[in-house]
Amino acid sequence: MTASSALLAAESESTGVQFHAPSIWEFYPEAILFADTPFEMNRIMIIRMIMIAVLVLVFWLGTRRMTVVPGRFQGLIEMSLDLVRVSIAEDLLGKKDGRRFLPLLTTIFFLVLFLNITGIVPGFNIAGTSVIGISLVLAVASYIAFIYAGLRKHPAAFVRNALFPPGVPPAFYIVVTPIEFISTFVLRPVTLTLRLLMNMVVGHLLLVLMFAGTHFLFFGDTAWAVKSLGLGTLAFGIVFSLFEILVAVLQAYVFTLLTAVYLQLALAEEH
Amino acid sequence: MLNALVWASEATEPTPNPLIPAVYDIVWSVIPFAIVLFLFWKIVLPRMQATLDERAEKIEGGIALAENAQAEAQAALEQYNQLLAEARAEAADIRDKARAEGGVILAELRDQATADAQAITAKAHATIEAERLAAIQSLRAEVGTLALDLAGRVIGEHVADDKKASALVDRYLADLESTGKKK
Repeated sequence: MTASSALLAAESESTGVQFHAPSIWEFYPEAILFADTPFEMNRIMIIRMIMIAVLVLVFWLGTRRMTVVPGRFQGLIEMSLDLVRVSIAEDLLGKKDGRRFLPLLTTIFFLVLFLNITGIVPGFNIAGTSVIGISLVLAVASYIAFIYAGLRKHPAAFVRNALFPPGVPPAFYIVVTPIEFISTFVLRPVTLTLRLLMNMVVGHLLLVLMFAGTHFLFFGDTAWAVKSLGLGTLAFGIVFSLFEILVAVLQAYVFTLLTAVYLQLALAEEH
Repeated sequence: MLNALVWASEATEPTPNPLIPAVYDIVWSVIPFAIVLFLFWKIVLPRMQATLDERAEKIEGGIALAENAQAEAQAALEQYNQLLAEARAEAADIRDKARAEGGVILAELRDQATADAQAITAKAHATIEAERLAAIQSLRAEVGTLALDLAGRVIGEHVADDKKASALVDRYLADLESTGKKK
């Protein structure tokens, strides 16, 4: 593929097992469908759409015939929906506003969760969120939502709270206002995007490094003492796989929670 | 291994910047977002809300039903207690009445018995008196005959048919009686 591969191939010529180094190209696999069109689909895009199909199927079936006394599957669906509804939306925004923004918050949570989890699903092995598109689109949605919420409710108070925080001596606004502007209107979407993207990118690179390393150490032209190192990298890989499950859920939760917090700040009378 | 990372980024193709999204990436992000947003906004969350509302309604309805049932039970209990009290009062009334009636009947019976006893006693007295008179009568006749017979034997003459003699005997007996009574 690249010069580095060729170099490594030369190193392990005798067995033919090469060290597959993780690189940025991991996230740009070859196009499979509709190449060179705006609808070009590579492996990651296909994984995304498969997961969307799964998500739609699960929630459509799970809520198709809802009963007052839930069964096991419905109970599970309700529990997961309640995680967003009760512990994020209603907790931070209250019943009324919580219900208004619940569709957005629920969408963010489950979209991120379902696309994150593919990072450790065997066969997929890469998170649907490991290219910037999803994080960016969701961050923009979150950005539009909190600005809309603030301007719709109280334009003047929203701008004052965001740029001229009360309780600061007027002279300080020369310094405070630009800082507040950058932190609220520039850094919020940027951090939302990068936090999720980088978590997934780094998680994937780590797993590739561990498992590719294990493969090379076990089957490459290496000494027995070196081969035993492969046990270490394998164990690390397994531990990090489990850790990635936690990261997948946590990042979905954090993204949703931060969106709710931004909405709450935008809707607050004064802070 | 770290070198490999560096080498990889020095590929012949221009290295993509992961922070600049490709057009297809944005397209395949907006479409999933739109699908999932539609799913939750228009289908899943309304269904969920409907179920929650129905559940709340059922629970509230259940509570109201339970309250009604309790009120009914309370009313029934009060009614029962009232009936019980009435029944008790009635029973006491009946008992008192019965006791009074019993007393009256008892008194009547006693009177009746007393009267009967007195009647029986009177009748007995009358019978005894009659018997006594009859006995006296027959005794007198007997004693008179015996006395005349005896006197006849003593004097050797038959005095039985003598009217004077029988009158004498009668007088004597009457005297005896009167002296007996005086005694």
